[in-house]
Amino acid sequence: MIGKPLKELGKALADKEISSVELTQLHLDRIARLNPEINAFITVDAEKSLAQARAADARIAAGLAGPLTGIPIAQKDIFCARGWRTTCGSKMLGNFVSPYDATVIEKFDAAGTVNLGKTNMDEFAMGSSNETSHFGIVRNPWDRSRVPGGSSGGSAAAVAALMAPAATGTDTGGSIRQPAALCNLTGLKPTYGVVSRWGMIAFASSLDQAGPMARTAEDCALMLNAMAGFDEKDSTSLERPTEDYTRDLEQPLKGLKIGLPKEFYGEGCDASVMARVQDAIAEYRKLGADTVEISLPNMQHGVAAYYVIAPAEASSNLSRFDGVRYGYRAPEYSDLADMYQKSRAQGFGAEVKRRILIGTYVLSHGYYDAYYLQAQRIRRLIANDFVEAFKQCDVIMGPTSPCTAFGLGEKSADPVQMYLSDIYTIAVNLAGLPGMSIPCGFSDLGQTRLPVGLQLIGDYFGEARLLNVAHRYQQVTDWHLQQPKE
Amino acid sequence: MSLTLPQVRRVAQLARIEISDAEAETTLGHLNGIFTLIEAMQAVDTNGIEPMAHAQDVAQRLREDRVSEENRREAMQAIAPETEAGLYLVPKVIE
Repeated sequence: MIGKPLKELGKALADKEISSVELTQLHLDRIARLNPEINAFITVDAEKSLAQARAADARIAAGLAGPLTGIPIAQKDIFCARGWRTTCGSKMLGNFVSPYDATVIEKFDAAGTVNLGKTNMDEFAMGSSNETSHFGIVRNPWDRSRVPGGSSGGSAAAVAALMAPAATGTDTGGSIRQPAALCNLTGLKPTYGVVSRWGMIAFASSLDQAGPMARTAEDCALMLNAMAGFDEKDSTSLERPTEDYTRDLEQPLKGLKIGLPKEFYGEGCDASVMARVQDAIAEYRKLGADTVEISLPNMQHGVAAYYVIAPAEASSNLSRFDGVRYGYRAPEYSDLADMYQKSRAQGFGAEVKRRILIGTYVLSHGYYDAYYLQAQRIRRLIANDFVEAFKQCDVIMGPTSPCTAFGLGEKSADPVQMYLSDIYTIAVNLAGLPGMSIPCGFSDLGQTRLPVGLQLIGDYFGEARLLNVAHRYQQVTDWHLQQPKE
Repeated sequence: MSLTLPQVRRVAQLARIEISDAEAETTLGHLNGIFTLIEAMQAVDTNGIEPMAHAQDVAQRLREDRVSEENRREAMQAIAPETEAGLYLVPKVIE
């Protein structure tokens, strides 16, 4: 049962080949064995998980099961889950036991899934390597001397190492797609507003979006069916009719127009990554798709605009952590201002502080127009480029990450190098579009075999189409089925 | 442009984050590297472009003003660093 797609697990549960308690225990056993080294989970609570599994078994026995009932899912530790410690990878929330559920958690509970534990992540989702977590680095199951990507690095490593059948992630600038690429997973960042942000600890509110990380596009579709939907508790949640994201999976791709932005295929991408991406494009042509060269001329400014907008929003969002109502409070202080300053200095790690400082600076008097408004204008230009591009094509394809998994510590000393690892993913968040990463082969470096991800970008609300495009490719390739050696 | 040490200290103070002299020095180096990346943005002609604050151009939803949440003060305060008689305790601010 380990490593099976969600649909097969659902069938095995429905056919009583295995119970949810057994399935959950199998995964808990793997976590107990592998997690001490890989460190994909911050919190595991077997009692809680098994209690949910027993409830799921009762529901299955009563004939009330849905497609995901009884399946264990790992939850990124950014989602508040009632009674679970929810840390967001930070010392600031090291002892925070959430008194309420995120809407995403509520929805998974309603679907009858089992919360398998809370996965490691870059602190407050700020990072591309999972090295900024207060709870330690996560190792990439494909090469344990390398990073899993970030910020959803724990979720990626948990699924890649077969400790979880699937996991949730969040993506503000690439945090689902980049770790999916580096760990050989299928990951989807939906259109902004499709999945509720209620109870998902905020980083940059106009960019943050939750989505699934799993082995196959079909698994992602099943997960998104559970996650998506209007939520009145999230003021930016969109009121739209409910969709079945599996509905178009089998549609043929004949006549599909794939846009290849010339900006994705220039310098700056490792040759080994580009070769695999080109192979994938060739495979799509075999499936009947046509390609057209397009241009996203303003994408080159995406990283700069993002590192103004995201820190600006973060500096505002993270002002709530003041050591008064919840979270870390410094043990010693002289007065109220000193309590704030010491609690925040001790509770936040270096990268989070850096981004708060950038954000505070760009929003401060005299700099607002030059930085924040200029970045927002560039954001519009980038979004407009996509609108033009989608007049010529149905889906955009390119690399997810310019490189394969890099070594632990390789980029952590230089923030700018780290920021550039999201060069192909950031524009999608700025525009609010849906994006995916799917496995498209391996780069072979001597003995080391490292996964390469193909990025698919869709038009607004094009999730079902993206999943279809990914699924059909996965019917004729087996990259997504490759598993790391133990 | 290039930031200065006093600017770094000032921004840290605005953000209510205590910063040591050594940290301020390291931070200055990192921030200047990041702002070199960001500065490239200034060369882009954005005349007449409306700033985009949000991914979807939708108006804020309005709702009826009614009580939707139950009072869960005890649960909420159970996770606070320090409370007394239903109140959050902070150092004295008025002498």
